[in-house]
Amino acid sequence: MAEESRILTGYVSLPYKWAMGPATTRFYEEFRKKRIMGSRCGKCNRILVPARSFCSDCFVETDEWVEVSQEGSIRTWVLINFAYEGQPKEPPYILAILDLDGADVGLPHFVGGFEMKDLETVEEKVRIGGRVKAVWKENREGYILDIDYFEPID
Amino acid sequence: MAQAVAIVGTGQTECGKRSDVSYPELVHEAVTRAFEDAGIGPEDIDAVVAGSMPPAMEGVNNPHLYLAGAMGAYGKPLMRTATCGSTGISLAHTGFYHVASGMFDTVLVVGAEKMNEGDPQGTMATVADPFFQRPFLAGAPGIFSLQSNEWAHRYGIEEKRVRMAAAEISVRNHNDALRNPYAHIRIRTTIEDVLTARIIAYPVRLLDVCPASDGACAVIMASQEKAGKLGRNQAWIKGVGYCGEQAFFGEGDKVVWKSAINAAKSAYDQAGISNPLKQLDVAEVYNPFTFQEMLFYECFGFCDFGKGCELVEQGVVMPGGELPCDPSGGVLCTNPIGATGLQRVAEVVLQVTGRAGDRQVPGAKTGLAHAMGGLDQFNGIMIISNEL
Repeated sequence: MAEESRILTGYVSLPYKWAMGPATTRFYEEFRKKRIMGSRCGKCNRILVPARSFCSDCFVETDEWVEVSQEGSIRTWVLINFAYEGQPKEPPYILAILDLDGADVGLPHFVGGFEMKDLETVEEKVRIGGRVKAVWKENREGYILDIDYFEPID
Repeated sequence: MAQAVAIVGTGQTECGKRSDVSYPELVHEAVTRAFEDAGIGPEDIDAVVAGSMPPAMEGVNNPHLYLAGAMGAYGKPLMRTATCGSTGISLAHTGFYHVASGMFDTVLVVGAEKMNEGDPQGTMATVADPFFQRPFLAGAPGIFSLQSNEWAHRYGIEEKRVRMAAAEISVRNHNDALRNPYAHIRIRTTIEDVLTARIIAYPVRLLDVCPASDGACAVIMASQEKAGKLGRNQAWIKGVGYCGEQAFFGEGDKVVWKSAINAAKSAYDQAGISNPLKQLDVAEVYNPFTFQEMLFYECFGFCDFGKGCELVEQGVVMPGGELPCDPSGGVLCTNPIGATGLQRVAEVVLQVTGRAGDRQVPGAKTGLAHAMGGLDQFNGIMIISNEL
C-alpha cells in the first residue's frame, strides 16, 4: 500500500531585542570611532577582545580597558563556498580567526578586499601567520560589521 | 563509580530524507525497535531522557512535549538534554546518571532530528551570540575548516598528505556505511572522487563533510538487578567524561583541544584505560569532517600530537587494524544531529555484543563512543564493554 506523507510549509520568524550590557555597549561606542577595545583581566593578565565585563577563565571582573591594534596575524582561515539562510554575505568569502597585536584571544572576522576567483588567487593573498589590517565602513552603526573586513597587508 | 549501568536495548531508524513519516512517527520507530531489542515495553520504563538540536531546527519549540507520546513518556519523569552536536552523548550521560544514582532502574534515552524540515546551517548560526560571533559562524563547515587548517599548520603537515589521509577516511566511512542498514549516504567513492569533489569550505570538500539527515536512536539503560532479570544482550557503561570550554570562539586552543582531551581522560580513568590503542577494540569517533577525525585520535591518546595521519597511513584505524574506527560509517555518512552521539553509543553496544552484522569488528569487547558539540566547545565520551 503506497502511503502518502504531505508536506506542510511554514515559516518561523521572530523579532528579538537583545540587551548588550554596559561592556558591549561601550565596546561598540568605541568601535564607531574606529577603536578596537579589549579588557584586561587583573588575575591572568590577558587582554580579552572584544572587551567584556568578566574573565570566564578566572571568574573575576575585568578591571581595565585598553585599545588594541587594528593590525594582526591570521591564526587560521577558511574559504566559505556554500549558501545558507541568514548568511552575512554572498559566498565565496573568507572567515578567519585573527590575533590582533596587543590582544591575547582571537577575533573571528572576514578577510577580504581582493578578488576570490579561485583557490589559487586566494592562497596567494591569505596564509596562516599573514598580516592583516582592519578596513572600516564609511557609515558605522556600532556593530561588529562596522569593520567591513581585514585586508592582507604583506 | 556509582551503581553499575547496563545498556539492554538499542533501536535505530533508517536515516536519510525521511519525509515518509512525521517527526513523532520517526521517534516512535526508534523507540519501538529499542523496546523490541530489550524485550520490554513502555510500562517497564521509570524515566525518559530525550534531546535534539536547538528547536529552531524543526520549528517546534518544545520538542519534548511534541515527542512525549512517541516515546511512551506519559505519566513518567521526562527530561530534555541538549548540547548541540554532543546532544546524543549528553543524553547517554544523563540516562547513565539517572540509573547510576540509584534513583531509577530502567531509563529510556532518545535522540532525534529531522534536519530536512528546516535550515540546518542557518539554525546552527543562531547558536552563536548575536553581538560578536554570529556573522562569522558559517554553520559547521566553517568552524571545522578553520580548525583543520590550524591543526595542519601547527604540526607542519603537508597539505597533500593531510588531504590524502582525509580521503582515505572518507572512502573507509563510505564503504562501511554500505554495510550499515541505518546509514544515510550509501555510495561507493574513490580517493580521486574525494580529492576532486566540490569545495564547500576549503579545505573541506563535499565528500569530506557529513550530510543533513533525518533519523532517531533510542537506548534503554538498566540497573544491574533489572538487567539480570531481562537476561538478554547486555553491554556495560565503564566510564563517562564530558568537558566544556569558553564561549568565545577565538579563546580556546582547538588543536591541543582541552575539552576533547579532558573528556577522554575522565572516561579512561573510570574505565581503567591507560593505553587506549591496546585496550579499546573499536572506537566510534564523532567525525562530521574527515580532517577532524585525525585531530581526535591525537586528543584521545591513540597517537602523539601531530601524528594523526600516521594512524590512517599505517592502517591502524582502518578495518582489520589495531583500532578500527567508525565501522558504522560514522557521522560522515549519517548525521541526524540530536541522534548522532547516541548512534555512536548504539553502534558500540552492537559491536561489543557481537551483533553488528557484516560490519562486526571480530571479538570486540570494549569500545569508545564520542560526540562533540556547542559550537565546538563541548566533547563527551562513553566507554562501553561487554563485561561488567
